[in-house]
Amino acid sequence: MPGYAVFGRWRLTLFAIVTVGLPAMVFAAPETGPPPNSIYQLAIPLVDQNGRATQLADWRGRPILISMFYTSCEFVCPRIIEGLKRTEDRLSASGSGKLPVLLVSFDPARDDIKTLKHAAEERNLDEAVWSLARTDARNVRKLAALLGIQYRELPSGDFNHSSMLILLDADGRIVGRTSTIGEADPRFVKTIEGVIRKRRIP
Amino acid sequence: MVAMTTATILMACMPATARAADYVSIPAGSLVSVLANDADTGPAPIDTFAMRDTPVTNAEFLAFVRANRKWQRGRAPAILADASYLHQWRAPTLPGESARSEQPVVSVSWFAAQAFCESEGGRLPTWLEWEYVAAADETHRDARGDPAWRARILSWYSQPSSAPLPPAGGAANAYGVRDMHGLVWEWVDVFNALLVSADSRDQGDPDKLQFCGAGAISLKDRDNYAVLMRIALLSSLSATDTTNNLGFRCVRPATEKK
Repeated sequence: MPGYAVFGRWRLTLFAIVTVGLPAMVFAAPETGPPPNSIYQLAIPLVDQNGRATQLADWRGRPILISMFYTSCEFVCPRIIEGLKRTEDRLSASGSGKLPVLLVSFDPARDDIKTLKHAAEERNLDEAVWSLARTDARNVRKLAALLGIQYRELPSGDFNHSSMLILLDADGRIVGRTSTIGEADPRFVKTIEGVIRKRRIP
Repeated sequence: MVAMTTATILMACMPATARAADYVSIPAGSLVSVLANDADTGPAPIDTFAMRDTPVTNAEFLAFVRANRKWQRGRAPAILADASYLHQWRAPTLPGESARSEQPVVSVSWFAAQAFCESEGGRLPTWLEWEYVAAADETHRDARGDPAWRARILSWYSQPSSAPLPPAGGAANAYGVRDMHGLVWEWVDVFNALLVSADSRDQGDPDKLQFCGAGAISLKDRDNYAVLMRIALLSSLSATDTTNNLGFRCVRPATEKK
């Protein structure tokens, strides 16, 4: 087994290097990219209601709730926000704490930063939890495609879209979704609690 | 900049293929779409744009994946392309016998198609842009009222899909665009919400609430089966899906000078 012999020698060399004590940082784990099934694979620029420019992948590192909406939507979008609020309330009540919420607009033409800010204030959305963000039309399509949210702009300027609350794990994998809006979906809350619990166990 | 330079060099090194794709200028106009509720607000205005005269070929897609390694089979992440992405190619940078240079590239995901178009300064066409150009026969810009033409494009759908794909570059339509019908299905930019109608905001039914404006499938021109089948197929897809008969072409602004 010549292959084994080579490997053995290599291991010895590595052992020697370690024992002579190179700076620890050389052996620090390299920053790895997101997993293949993470939505953070795509670079999507976002600007939030305070004008802060971020990348979608900046959310990596903790689970988040994500959905899409637009501010001039009269019927369904307020129910998306209501559903998210009630979900957060349930999480607080059970001691799980709050998860960050990222809402991205379908409607970059009308939802500028000021409009998003106004919407956040009007609905009393705590800025520590809620980010209302916009990106350009091309990236709206990409994000919707990543999340499996269907939408189409109508000649009237309205958008037809499916309503979906989505749970991402810390690496941007979709680990839960619900189409229940307007109220908390108990099963979805359970899924979220499971993800939070798993992170607390080292 | 570096990526662009590499792409240019690789393009220059590519063996000459059957025919290079041209972007054909499409004049502005209007379209009564088969999508009913769009049509109810009057014909949809279409701005001028430029469209690739043929679907993207294997040779062209090969040049793209050589310049953009992350789009090679085996490297493209699962969230952007499913497991059968470019499966008929012999190797990640070798289309081989079963994917000839001049054949349209198929088994590409929406994300991959979009990335290809962006790499040449374009994007995927909107549904309305696609439908507008696809309404033309060889001599008329809107041949949709001609039963003989409808029957001709419909006959393609009854052919077995297992036969090898013909090369791209069939007869040009009135705009000078080829292969809109009879070769492959094609991605468009927004593809899976086409069947949802605009009105009937029924707030009572929780299922219908999933869509902001909601409701049943609603189509204007029920006799245009060939186009309706396209919509049905596109509506069934996810952006990571790849199939043996699904390719794409790109559009870009008409005014752009290269």
